[in-house]
Amino acid sequence: MSDFPHTPPRMSWTFSNDTNAEIRRAAASGIYDIRGGGSKRRLPHFDDLLFLGASISRYPLEGYREKCATDVWLGTRHAKKPIHLDIPVTIAGMSFGSLSGPAKEALGRGATLAGTSTTTGDGGMTEEERGHSKTLVYQYLPSRYGMNPDDLRRADAIELVVGQGAKPGGGGMLLGQKISDRVAEMRTLPKGIDQRSACRHPDWTGPDDMEIKILELREITDWEKPIYVKVGGARPYYDTALSVKAGADVVVLDGMQGGTAATQDVFIEHVGQPTLACIPQAVKALQDLGMHRKVQLIVSGGIRTGADVAKALALGADAVSIGTAALVALGDNDPKLEEEYRKLGTTAGAYDDWHEGKDPAGITTQDPELFSRFDPVLGGRRLANYLKVMTLEAQTLARACGKNHLHNLEPEDLCALTIEAAAMAGVPLAGTSWIPGRGGY
Amino acid sequence: MPSFDLGAHGLRALNSTLHALKGQTNETQWDIVNPRGSHAIAAGVDAAVDITVHGSTGYYCAGMNKQATIRVKGSAGPGVAENMMSGTVIVDGDASQYAGATGRGGLLVIKGNASSRCGISMKGIDIVVHGSIGHMSAFMAQSGNMVVLGDAGDALGDSLYEARLFVRGKVKSLGADCIEKEMRPEHLELLETLLQRGEADAKARPEEFRRYGSARKLYNFNIDNASAY
Repeated sequence: MSDFPHTPPRMSWTFSNDTNAEIRRAAASGIYDIRGGGSKRRLPHFDDLLFLGASISRYPLEGYREKCATDVWLGTRHAKKPIHLDIPVTIAGMSFGSLSGPAKEALGRGATLAGTSTTTGDGGMTEEERGHSKTLVYQYLPSRYGMNPDDLRRADAIELVVGQGAKPGGGGMLLGQKISDRVAEMRTLPKGIDQRSACRHPDWTGPDDMEIKILELREITDWEKPIYVKVGGARPYYDTALSVKAGADVVVLDGMQGGTAATQDVFIEHVGQPTLACIPQAVKALQDLGMHRKVQLIVSGGIRTGADVAKALALGADAVSIGTAALVALGDNDPKLEEEYRKLGTTAGAYDDWHEGKDPAGITTQDPELFSRFDPVLGGRRLANYLKVMTLEAQTLARACGKNHLHNLEPEDLCALTIEAAAMAGVPLAGTSWIPGRGGY
Repeated sequence: MPSFDLGAHGLRALNSTLHALKGQTNETQWDIVNPRGSHAIAAGVDAAVDITVHGSTGYYCAGMNKQATIRVKGSAGPGVAENMMSGTVIVDGDASQYAGATGRGGLLVIKGNASSRCGISMKGIDIVVHGSIGHMSAFMAQSGNMVVLGDAGDALGDSLYEARLFVRGKVKSLGADCIEKEMRPEHLELLETLLQRGEADAKARPEEFRRYGSARKLYNFNIDNASAY
């Protein structure tokens, strides 16, 4: 035995506990990890931006006296019946199938109370959702589950889904555990099988075909409905430009923090770009085409607070969309359910096995015992409260910057805390006039 | 019998006129002339009327059709009768890619050949093709029936669900999880009906066909089947 002390135990950064746990899990199961939600890694985000606020050169608006409007029009380019929302925070597409019927109802109730829209998903339109949503966006997806002209016509807008931030280039999956009789019937598939949603549309490829597809949808709906095109945060400049070229009224841009009901963890964490990096590229495409504010831009992927809303709008978005945050507002991952999360081998805040259908909150499940726990009226009220708080927060920041409409926020109101965020957002690093990649640096 | 000159009046006027037709209309026979390959001709019709297009069409002719009988006196571009709900669409010539894609009901008859991905993701539609079909046809087909009097290209019925496929000629290759299945009496009976409805009963007899369907081995993910994907 040497008298020299041993080197103290040192954990590897490359082979961290999480990494080793995943290697062991893969070795034991023989299947990649499937989960819900969006990227969990630390990414440059809205937290890395700050508002400058008013100063001698900019004067603020009085919070309790002077108006700061929040409304937004969507679909003004071509649709006979564009949408007018009271607030620029919409509810993102989430399917019946991935979510329970009562959860979809709550989303409709909450959105309607707050004066905004909600969106169907990859499972068709349910009566609960249509009935409780004043403004409902109907997704047109590659799977076309439940697609029919009657629902197209009773929708308020159509969202042609090309991609999703959690998995640009990937299709969806809904595992057999969640395929109840009702879900199976709506999707014209046998009960209990794993349902694969295609990664690309079955009857068109490329932007030129997409233009013709949009024409068909407009013809079927007599040019009444706004048509959105949703893209994942892959190549936001070109995807936005091509969507405009194809005739979109609205571009929905979903960054990699955007959630999914279920997909491979490797997809969620390794494909796509952070939301922050996507927005300026999309805005530039719109500006280069002279279409900024004419074709509206909705941004999603990691929107949590009124600050995130205000920052996204300051970078040039017309509205934002929330999915994961809306589920949390309904009660997903609530610490009150910690005991039940422990039984599932997880903990409140980390539960993401939504595809297994065992959600103790009754939101991401088709189990009647579980979803009957969820109160859609209360859920709707909670969502509406949350949406209103976000709006008040965004207004507070906008007034501090002297803006009488959220849309008057601008990149000049922002600075960045990190070089990465400054480069991605195209705003100066705090304390400098430096925007990395611009101005000769 | 109303006649609509598409070249003179345009697509919007045509579809607006057809969408305005209701169940009790007396104008049940429509002729569309000068289609000139236009897209989305008679898309979204929801009335029990007969529409004849005199010429070839572009993309998505008869898209999402409900109730109507639509005949194309020519060839049809991509996505003819896509997502059809009910009614009948008959193409006298050939059809391009994605014919009958995602169709949920009704009958699509193609008197000529159909290109690739015919019946992709079909969800209840019946498709009768007098000629041959291209590669990747009936990909992820969920339900409904496809009858092909000619040959089928590569990867027929790849990732098939519960749709039934009947091919009289050669199948170049079967896709993942698609297998030949026994032709039982109920299938012969079904085929006879489909051939009659598809105006093909004089050209072929049910006994000349082979039946293909899903092996159902890929319905639930199994790592040992990964090489099939």
